[in-house]
Amino acid sequence: MRADPSTDWPRATYDALRAADVRHMAYVPDAGHSTLIGLFEADGAVVSNVLTSEEEGVAIACGSWLGGTRSVVLMQSSGVGNCINMLSLPVQARIPLLMLVTMRGEWDEFNPWQVPMGRATEAALTAIGVTVHRAETGEDVVATVEQAARMAFDSDQQVAVLIGQRLLGKKKW
Amino acid sequence: MSSVDQAPGTSTMDRRAAVARLLEARGDALVVTGLGSPSYDVHAAGDRADNYYLWGAMGAAALVGLGLAQAQPGRRVMVITGDGEQLMALGAFATIAVASPRNLDIIVLDNEHFGETGMQGSHTGHGIDLARVAAATGFADTGLLRTLADVDALCARLAMAAEGPRLHVLKVHAENLPRSLPPRDAVFVKNRLRGHLGLATC
Repeated sequence: MRADPSTDWPRATYDALRAADVRHMAYVPDAGHSTLIGLFEADGAVVSNVLTSEEEGVAIACGSWLGGTRSVVLMQSSGVGNCINMLSLPVQARIPLLMLVTMRGEWDEFNPWQVPMGRATEAALTAIGVTVHRAETGEDVVATVEQAARMAFDSDQQVAVLIGQRLLGKKKW
Repeated sequence: MSSVDQAPGTSTMDRRAAVARLLEARGDALVVTGLGSPSYDVHAAGDRADNYYLWGAMGAAALVGLGLAQAQPGRRVMVITGDGEQLMALGAFATIAVASPRNLDIIVLDNEHFGETGMQGSHTGHGIDLARVAAATGFADTGLLRTLADVDALCARLAMAAEGPRLHVLKVHAENLPRSLPPRDAVFVKNRLRGHLGLATC
């Protein structure tokens, strides 16, 4: 049964990515991605890599595509800053790249240190040549990821989907 | 875990001769090269569709190799890179060790310098031993080699099945050899490799 994106968007996003034949996932964890990471790691048909820094995922995803496997890279907005020069590889080689970025520092944020990179995330990605889409609701995330996967894997684009902090909710301590 | 015996002293070898021997023994291994001299060294030994050259994205080589190795588990992937390129991605040692592919070999051509930018000294000339870093993170096989005879022994070793990722450091002369430039068209090189693997190109 298809997950209801309004109430279980991580599950519906996972279903959409698997339907798009994504068989590799790399991540630096974020609380907003925890359900999605768990679903991928429990999937025996998907290879998952935990990263020490987000740019590693960009390079691994490129190698994965060279070898015929579609990949998704999961990170928090702070990690986008770590990726910039590595993104020259998929941009210049026109290698499909799909990044899902959970936003921090933009809505009901308690940690001021998250704000600068949150503010810079979209501009930094756009500056290096990555297409950016934002999603603010569960339905929006799933629909955006579905089309972003097609843009990436069928049209050789480098696409980041930014998932708004308003959807993710306040971090609980 | 095991390691190749370390040749004593401070001798170094000719990088082009070492790379030529490694490539002669590559079989059907896919080869990924780090930017700068390692890309020139591999190209100088003969341009091939199953070579994937990097011209930028410093720190990417071993990780592109990991992605390729995971996507092509039936093939061996050999990454040939330099000390500076690998130093930029020390975290990659941890990521690769945890992923633990059995078909990924990393060769670091270590001249202890950043050769492309004016031969400034790198960390490996100041006691940082990348083979020991790899061993500490859990690579299955690591070594530090100083002679072409060591490389011949390594070729035989690499032909055997691996228990996990392997990394060998080859101490090479610090010199800038005539450049042998691979294609700079990144889309072409990508499509050529995918075509070699029977994958769709566009």
